[in-house]
Amino acid sequence: MGLLDQQFTDDNIIITKVEDLLNWARLSSLWQMGFGLACCAIEMMATSASHYDFDRFGVIPRPSPRQSDVIIISGTVTFKMAIRIKRLYEQMPDPKYVISMGSCSNCGGPYWEHGYHVLKGVDRVIPVDVYVPGCPPRPEALLEGLLKLQEKIRNESLVNQKSA
Amino acid sequence: MKNAEEIFEILKAKFGEVIIELISDKPAESYITVAPLEIDKVCLFLRDEDELDFKSLMNLSGVDDANGEKVKDENDNEIIQGGTLSVFYHLESINQKHKITLKVSTDRDNPEVASVEEVWRAADWHEREAYDMFGIKFLNHHNLIRILMPYDWEGGYPLRKDYQNPEFYKGMKVPY
Repeated sequence: MGLLDQQFTDDNIIITKVEDLLNWARLSSLWQMGFGLACCAIEMMATSASHYDFDRFGVIPRPSPRQSDVIIISGTVTFKMAIRIKRLYEQMPDPKYVISMGSCSNCGGPYWEHGYHVLKGVDRVIPVDVYVPGCPPRPEALLEGLLKLQEKIRNESLVNQKSA
Repeated sequence: MKNAEEIFEILKAKFGEVIIELISDKPAESYITVAPLEIDKVCLFLRDEDELDFKSLMNLSGVDDANGEKVKDENDNEIIQGGTLSVFYHLESINQKHKITLKVSTDRDNPEVASVEEVWRAADWHEREAYDMFGIKFLNHHNLIRILMPYDWEGGYPLRKDYQNPEFYKGMKVPY
């Protein structure tokens, strides 16, 4: 469902639902927390750069969790960092979303067995909306993950927040 | 420029029993084994003697020799009792264009080695890492705390061969 293909009853007036308007606003300007952890962060930066241009989806890095809508966990989450990620996530205002990028933050990745310092999946500390597989995922994969997140937001309702 | 034999002879003449032996039958560089509690004096000599001039500590690393007795603990996990932990020192002299490797071995149950942090400041973080990963105590180190693992980590020393992961750390499940 597009956002603007609603009824046109008069010139310059669009009839839509509040939910659709809010969802459209949210999904069109997902401000991302400027935050990277490991090699996935390099791909994330490449996604932000001119060739893949994250900005065309309204994704801009913000320097503070207070101004962010989405946090992309781009890399290996160590126990030391997990505590800080939880803190940063809690500092973000609602509605907030999490993209887990790459094998490490999805499930521990190559550190799953002998990584004594690695949290086996960031979903053990914060709720994840979209998992992007890859090691590291290419920028196209991260864009696909963002589109999945936008789809998820598009179907949210005011009554039932964060419905799938 | 001096080879390992010449450096060994110089050290042996200066320090006597502190210098244990020169080992050169390994498929790697020769190394000199030294008594763990005297390594700081030996290193200071190696640094300041003009013909040796080891101004640079390239690397300092811990090793678990795992040469103790393997026994089962009450939870049926294999643990190692006795044996040794070792520390390797890789030194280089840029002016003299030579290198040498030193090794100290210390009791695994109470691993104590003299710190060389006063000799080369580079040893500060290297010794903290060896302490973090193997639990080797470097005597007279000014700030011997964990460097990589969380400061409040109580799960033990992760690079020891008989290391067991704890079940939880601060409410986060550790095993996969």
